[in-house]
Parts: sequence; structure tokens; C-alpha cells
Amino acid sequence: MQLIQILWDRRDFFLTCLLEHIRISLTAVVCAGALGIVTGVFISRHKKAAGIALGVINVIYTVPSISLLGFLIPFTGIGDKTAVIALTVYGLLPIVRNTYTGLVNVDAGILEVAEGLGADGKQVLFGIRFPLALPVIISGFRNMVVMIIAMGGIASFIGAGGLGAAIYRGITTYNMTLTAAGSLLIALLALLSDWLLSRVEKAVNRRYGIG
Amino acid sequence: MDKAIEIRDCSAAYGENKVLDRVSLMVEKGEFVVIIGPSGCGKTTLLKMMNGLVIPMEGEVAVNGERLEECSLSAMRRHIGYAVQGAGLFPHMTVEENICYVPGLENKLPQEEKRMLAEKMLELVQLPKELRKRFPRQLSGGQKQRVGIARALAAAPDILLMDEPFGAVDEITRKGLQEELLALQRKTGITVVFITHDIGEAFHLGSRVFIMKDGKIWQEGKPEELQRAPKDEFVRRLIGR
Repeated sequence: MQLIQILWDRRDFFLTCLLEHIRISLTAVVCAGALGIVTGVFISRHKKAAGIALGVINVIYTVPSISLLGFLIPFTGIGDKTAVIALTVYGLLPIVRNTYTGLVNVDAGILEVAEGLGADGKQVLFGIRFPLALPVIISGFRNMVVMIIAMGGIASFIGAGGLGAAIYRGITTYNMTLTAAGSLLIALLALLSDWLLSRVEKAVNRRYGIG
Repeated sequence: MDKAIEIRDCSAAYGENKVLDRVSLMVEKGEFVVIIGPSGCGKTTLLKMMNGLVIPMEGEVAVNGERLEECSLSAMRRHIGYAVQGAGLFPHMTVEENICYVPGLENKLPQEEKRMLAEKMLELVQLPKELRKRFPRQLSGGQKQRVGIARALAAAPDILLMDEPFGAVDEITRKGLQEELLALQRKTGITVVFITHDIGEAFHLGSRVFIMKDGKIWQEGKPEELQRAPKDEFVRRLIGR
């Protein structure tokens, strides 16, 4: 009850935080998505680069998020920019790994048939390999979106906006309800995005006659 | 007669393993040639040399008088039909999109043209037109195989390469497909190179049969010639005499 009360009483504050959160997350999703898919495609064609790239991304992933933010501050200062960079870096792992795995695991026989029928390298990649890997890539994308939204909560620790501001303020002022309200909104936002993407996933699978 | 395919002294290896050993073979235009041999004898490798999927370590391959290393492989392959065991249909494309794949590689086809081509090809391989909007997973094994052949023929190639195309279908369907292929070949005069490990199929379809063993062409000839004068015990056992 208290929770609903506080959400209603301070709705302007929460709305600002929510929109800010969406803005930061969306920017990071676009950056990580584009960078991740391009990287995934690249390393699927260069086996040597694949080991290195996946290794590096894995290591970055093990750095605690709060310290990654700390490391970035000397270079990019505090605020939204640093938050977006950190979230992008974190978001890379699922999307790069899934793009790579999806592309590499496409049935080699099918690819050879396409080549044998006269498709050139680009036509095989974009017409056969990529669409067949798409379900795996989309599931990585979903993963990434949920992670970025959830992780977006800590962005306010370095002065960026978002729902983390509500949580942070709640912690520093011993206001548990405020913290809970912020957390709840983040969780709802993540769930909603995941649900929306699951619809996209279903539509794509139906279009491609899978599942 | 003109030569459709000419392979001269070609060898191929996968790593240390030599799979083709100085093989030479010539196919004339309009011939129906069957290559047969036990698994691992190099017959698939030999077929893939004909459309450049395998590049020989030594020797020369020419298709329609053009040497493969001198032409654009992907452009050349569009004039050579290619059908494989299990059909190898693209699972994310409908029957229509599969059939129109090769013509669509050159330039994008308008919707209406696609529909007409798909219907024409489906009729050629004796499938109902209604199948064109289906996905491969909604087809039976025999239907898939027929669509695979329709796809291989859609760009009106003058050569058709088939790698055990009927290996994955049941006996009755196979008999039907064989008859249709023969009729089709007689009607269009297309050059066919067909791989199988079934001697009955080889003798039934081939106007000339190449028997392969250990990466070499062991014996070649018309089916009657091979039956009359098998070269050795291996050939005799293969043809069941």
C-alpha cells in the first residue's frame, strides 16, 4: 500500500526517472546491439579473432559493474555518457556470443548447397546464414536488453539519471519504500521489454517457418 | 558432339588423405552419366569439382569449354543445376522462394513472375501448385526431393549435377522419381551427372556408367558393356554377377 502511495504521490519524479532510464538503456541497447552483431559477424568469419574477442569480452564481464564505472570516470567523467558506455560494454557479451554461436552453427551442408547453386559470399551470408542464425541472435538480444535495463539501476551512482536515482535516494535517506518503488519499476520495465521482444521473436520464427 | 564437362588428370585431397588420384572424365552434351562406387571412393568430390565446390590440386576442369579457373565461379554455377541428397532446401524459405532462388540471385524477381515460375516448376516435377506457400518442414521426403529438383532446374541450366538425390526417399517414391527424371531429361535434352551407390539405379538411368574405387575411375562403359565384360572381381561383385 505504501508502495502504491509513494508511486502516486511522487509520480512526476518517478516518471522523469523512468523516461531517463528508458533513454539511457535504449541508447546502450542500440550501441551494444549494433557493435555486438557486427563483431559477432566478423569473428564468425575469422576463427582466430573469435577466441581473442570472446576471451576479452568474457574478462570484461567478470569486472564488477561498480568498479567498471569507477575505472571509466577518469576518462569520460561522470554522468550519462559514462553510464551508457558501461552498459554497452556489459551488454556486448550475450549479443556477441549468440551472434557468433548462431552463425557458426548453421548447417554447413545448407551453406554449401547455396554456394553450389551460385550464391556469392555476400548472398550466402545475408540470404542464408544470417536468417538461419536469427532465432539465436534474437534470444541473445533479449538477454542483453533485460541485462542493460536491470544494470541501468546503478548508473545513478555516478551521477547519471534513471530509476537508480530513486533507489539511491531511498538508501541514503533510509526510505525503504522509495528504494522498493524504484526497484519495482526497473523490474517491470525489464519484464515488459522481455515480453515485447518475445513477441518479436515469435513473429520472426513464424516468418521463417521455424517453431 | 560438344563436351559439356571435361576433367583432365585431376587429384584432390583432404589433408593427408588423397581422395581423387589423377582422374579424367568427359561428359558430352545431352548425356545421362551415372557415377557409382562404395562410400569414400571420391564420387562426391568428383561431382563437386564440376561446379567448383572442390578445387583440384592438379589437373584441369572445363565446363562447356570454359576452364573453371578462368571464369567467375558463382556466375558459372547459376547455369549448372545442383541437387543433393535430402534436397538441402533452405528451411527459412517457402517452396516458392526455394524454387526461385537461383534466378533471384541475378536480379530480384517481381512477385508475379515468382509465382508463375514456381507454378511452372511444380508442374514439371508433378507437385500440386498449392504447395508453393508451404515451408520445407511441412513437406514429405519425396516432395522435398522434387522441390530440390525444381530448384535445380528453375534457371533452365544445361547441366544438372545430382548427388544421390534419391538416397533419402522410400523405394516406391524413388521409382517414380527415376521415371520422371528420365522423362524430363529426354524432353529437355539436359546433360545429367548423377551419383548413386545403387547399381540398379545406375544401370536404369545411365546411358554411360562410371564405376569408381579408391579415388580412381575403375571401369566405364554403357550398362550392357559393363554387364557383359566386368573388368575384375570388384566390378563383378558390385553389379552382382
